[in-house]
Amino acid sequence: MQTKAGPMLVSNLELIPGRRIVAHYGMVQGSTVRAKHVGRDIFASLKNIVGGELKAYTELMQEARDEAVERMIAEARSVGANAVLNVRFATTSIAVGAAEILAYGSAVRLDDQ
Amino acid sequence: MELLQFGLFIALLVVGYFAGSAIERRHYASIRRREREYSDVLAFMVRFPFDRTTPQRAFLVHGAVVVSADYFKTFIAGLRNLFGGRFRSYETLMERARREALLRLKADARRKGAKTVICVRFETTRIATGWAPAMEVLAYGTALVPDDGSLLLPEPRAGASRLLGDGLVRTPG
Repeated sequence: MQTKAGPMLVSNLELIPGRRIVAHYGMVQGSTVRAKHVGRDIFASLKNIVGGELKAYTELMQEARDEAVERMIAEARSVGANAVLNVRFATTSIAVGAAEILAYGSAVRLDDQ
Repeated sequence: MELLQFGLFIALLVVGYFAGSAIERRHYASIRRREREYSDVLAFMVRFPFDRTTPQRAFLVHGAVVVSADYFKTFIAGLRNLFGGRFRSYETLMERARREALLRLKADARRKGAKTVICVRFETTRIATGWAPAMEVLAYGTALVPDDGSLLLPEPRAGASRLLGDGLVRTPG
């Protein structure tokens, strides 16, 4: 069973054109809870006066989403999948200044092209 | 003391209004320019590819942005809460955020050599509340590249977002 190497196809499609799904391993997921740190928070508060993009938060959410996807991929590898299909993201603010980012999808094995 | 507080409040309103409007105008100009620039990258909401016979590479692309309203807009929204009705100031804010997220998704797709993105989904989350609200808008979808056998997976760039890591490039020759 392939565990480490090999590319992992991640997509929010239900099927991939030209590829056949040969095995289905059920749902895999990855999540992380992140908090803003104080320095960023203070700067963001100042930025709030004039509005616009809060770049520090955009980056923070980005890092968190990468982490969640990474964990999802790790779980998919551990069950022997080579693709995660039908991927969805969910973000919830669970406390003041903390957000949970969840990525989930179906782990499958696609046939070789 | 109270006078000072009131003065600060007025100053914040004025700064928020003028700086906020300027930033919004600049942002809209930038959005319109990039929308023309990325007009060759097509984003669809359909769940399945139009062409189901050609083998295609598929990979996730996305764009996200966190935005906040300016002090003036937040204040006006507070007033608006008393009377109900349209929050016009927030409508433009969310519209900007959504168009920005979609543009970043298209930029991500182009960077990976794709011109078609399907199954595009939007997600909006409030990540901060109170007097300094912030909203995140995420757009994600699946980019498709017709696979003629000359595509390969490059190594992720160092320091690059790992979500961006499995892009495609053409082999030389």
